[in-house]
Amino acid sequence: MKHQTTVLAGALATMLLASHASAAELRIGTAAEPSSLDPHYHNLTPNNTLRRHIFESLVDQDAKQRLIPALAESWRTLDDKTWEFKLRKGVKFHDGSEFTAQDFVYTLCRIPNVANSPSSFTLYTKGIDSIEVTDPHTIIVKTAAPYPLLPVEMTTFGIISAKAAGGEGVTFDKAGCKADSWPSTQAFNDGTLAIGTGPFKLAEYRKGERVVLERNPDYWGEKPEWDKVTFRPITSDGPRVAALLAGDVDMVDEPPLQDLERLRKDPKVSVVETMSNRVVYLALDQAEKTPTISGTDGKNPLRDIRVRQALSLAIDRGAIVKRIMNNTAEPAAQLLAPGLFGTNPDLKVAYDPNKAKQLLAEAGYPNGFELTIGTPNDRYINDEKIAQAVAQMYSRIGIKTQVDAATVNVFFSRRNKGEFSVFLAGWSAATGEASSPLKSLVATRIKEKGFGPTNYTGYSNPKLDDLLTQALATVDDAAREKLLAEAMKVVSDDVAILPLHYEVTSWAMRKGLSYAPRADQYTLAASVRSAK
Amino acid sequence: MLVFLIRRIAQSAIVVAIMSVLVFTGIFAIGNPIDVLISPEADELERAAAIARLGLDRPLHEQFFAFAGNALSGDLGISFVHGVPAVELVLERFPATLELALLAMIIAVLIGIPLGIWAGLRPDSPAGRIIMAGSILGFSLPTFWVGMLLIMAFAVSLGWLPASGRGETVDVFGIPFSFLTADGLKHMLLPALNLALFKVSLVIRLARAGTREVALQDYVRFARAKGLSPARIVGVHILKNIMIPVVTVLGLEFGSVIAFSVVTESVFAWPGMGKLLIDSILLLDRPVVVAYLLVTVLLFIVINLVVDVLYSLLDPRIRLGGAKA
Repeated sequence: MKHQTTVLAGALATMLLASHASAAELRIGTAAEPSSLDPHYHNLTPNNTLRRHIFESLVDQDAKQRLIPALAESWRTLDDKTWEFKLRKGVKFHDGSEFTAQDFVYTLCRIPNVANSPSSFTLYTKGIDSIEVTDPHTIIVKTAAPYPLLPVEMTTFGIISAKAAGGEGVTFDKAGCKADSWPSTQAFNDGTLAIGTGPFKLAEYRKGERVVLERNPDYWGEKPEWDKVTFRPITSDGPRVAALLAGDVDMVDEPPLQDLERLRKDPKVSVVETMSNRVVYLALDQAEKTPTISGTDGKNPLRDIRVRQALSLAIDRGAIVKRIMNNTAEPAAQLLAPGLFGTNPDLKVAYDPNKAKQLLAEAGYPNGFELTIGTPNDRYINDEKIAQAVAQMYSRIGIKTQVDAATVNVFFSRRNKGEFSVFLAGWSAATGEASSPLKSLVATRIKEKGFGPTNYTGYSNPKLDDLLTQALATVDDAAREKLLAEAMKVVSDDVAILPLHYEVTSWAMRKGLSYAPRADQYTLAASVRSAK
Repeated sequence: MLVFLIRRIAQSAIVVAIMSVLVFTGIFAIGNPIDVLISPEADELERAAAIARLGLDRPLHEQFFAFAGNALSGDLGISFVHGVPAVELVLERFPATLELALLAMIIAVLIGIPLGIWAGLRPDSPAGRIIMAGSILGFSLPTFWVGMLLIMAFAVSLGWLPASGRGETVDVFGIPFSFLTADGLKHMLLPALNLALFKVSLVIRLARAGTREVALQDYVRFARAKGLSPARIVGVHILKNIMIPVVTVLGLEFGSVIAFSVVTESVFAWPGMGKLLIDSILLLDRPVVVAYLLVTVLLFIVINLVVDVLYSLLDPRIRLGGAKA
């Protein structure tokens, strides 16, 4: 009898599970909310995540940020400055119209014409000099100079429908395309222009509350498992985890570190994680005068490489990862996690406080000096705690260190004004390769070249700039990778900047679901699968 | 009455003007929104272009006068973050906050007044003491913590109620409301309870103090001597006389519940105005913060007016005169 009951219960459970699966609805709780549905309005991770469901780009990246074909079936260089993209045939927009080269042209034209855009995608389109449409499914793109990152940058923006926006006659002009009017951001938010080629269609958008997507039955690629996907912003950490445990949502992104251990042990929950493309680092001001160091007669000790070496040797990166990051991070020796394109496998960092003390003495600071480290307190995982730990480690080698923590908006404004001698920050390589952090963080600030926009330290090494310039003009992948790895070594030899650790990104979901964790931190519903 | 109204409106206009100057300069002093909004990959040319697009390259006074000019014609500017009109953004969120606040106030009155009167009539009974002790807890427990506790108990452990969100909504004149569906009500219950907790305690204390005072008055003794039923004594003679302080405080509290329900809205991911305000402050979205404060000021003015009118209805001795206001 007992046995029978068990079998019955088992059968019932199977039926329940089956019915659950056939409903095929996926609810995802997210830590951040997109600011708009307009794919070209705001270059921001939550916006780009949502964009990837509705709008596709010519080229895409897989979970490890390697390039994969999307709307372009293939691409090749005709010469160093000319690229040919073969577009996929038979792809339909959500309104039934066919995807052609004109949609790409129109998208490129629209990107510089988004009113009030706080962070534009022109960053990724300005390398393009001219476009030639040889047939509806072949595009020739010319760049002014050799531009190896073109396919990578093609992954960053989504293609909108020229027909839906009334842009069939628009032609590309680098100086500015001509059109009577450009689609407004509002037209995407209210759904009229939310027409892409992606695996999902927009069903409902309520700002602050939810975005509901439904499956695109005519999708050209592998059709997603879910009929309906709901994204709900639950920005507070605790409540987001609670929503998962209560069964309100099936999956959450960025579960807080302090709950991870508990979630891993919970039999009803599974957790996946992967190394992200973000490095957390300390920047060291190397200008003549520096604001938050005292006890050095007005000199900036950080200009001395021995002091910088000492500051690196004094940090026990392993302890930070273990104690503060709960092992959900990896100690870092360079600006991008090894294994990704252009990183250098030979770089190492050591922990040796005695040697650090000795180096300080050699540099003429046997009694150290006083230092204040600036840090945000709500931007990176445990950012302020990490800065506190570093401060303690520095105090141990005789540098009296204080931490000046502030909320994001205050911190970044102060940092950009150059108010810190040493500050903690993070860098995500959106392109997934080494030129991104090298170009932004450590290259000499040269406005015309777009070098060093986030280099607030005044560090400058012509050798690095040359290597980087050369790499950015080398279309051959193997040669470019070598140049980037070499540039990475220059930065490391100079101790230009102190990488601390690579963040690990995690997702938590109810048992029975699986997700291939992504280095770019996107949560893509089409890649969530239920166990069969 | 008319003089009273005009004076009120003039006062409010001054408040609004001062507020907008303060908020404007305050947010300007915190930092540049572009520092938070722009992709870190952007180079200096991109940055300059974005700053120009949002009009942030102009000096503060120019920005302010441009804003003030537009504001007078009803345009409070476009949100830096969302690229849509700021007022629209705030008003879109208003119904969600309003219905939650209303339910919280109803809970506060329905639970607070009976318990308060009970405790006032029998101050030394065990029940009275327990009610008072409970009200101290309600005052002193932090909202965030109680909210999490409610979620852990009713959503995670018992699974009776959903943990967060707004649930199913029904559109009335194009405005979505949750309280009209069973699912929506289920979603509202925990956040409303969380929001009401403090108010319940407040009402209990006010009602108890009022009852203790009124119960000793001559007219109550007289009513008792006349042989009126206890229900009538409490329900008419006592209740009506303790309502004046309760209505005043609830009126003010209602305003603050609407304006500052930030914590509850964050814990329960309730898509109301409070959450919008916090997000906007973090991203230095000045047009939205200004619009929010203007809407809030307006709200307080209306609520205070309603409270004053209610006063004169509850207590005929009070007249709304031009001189007194």
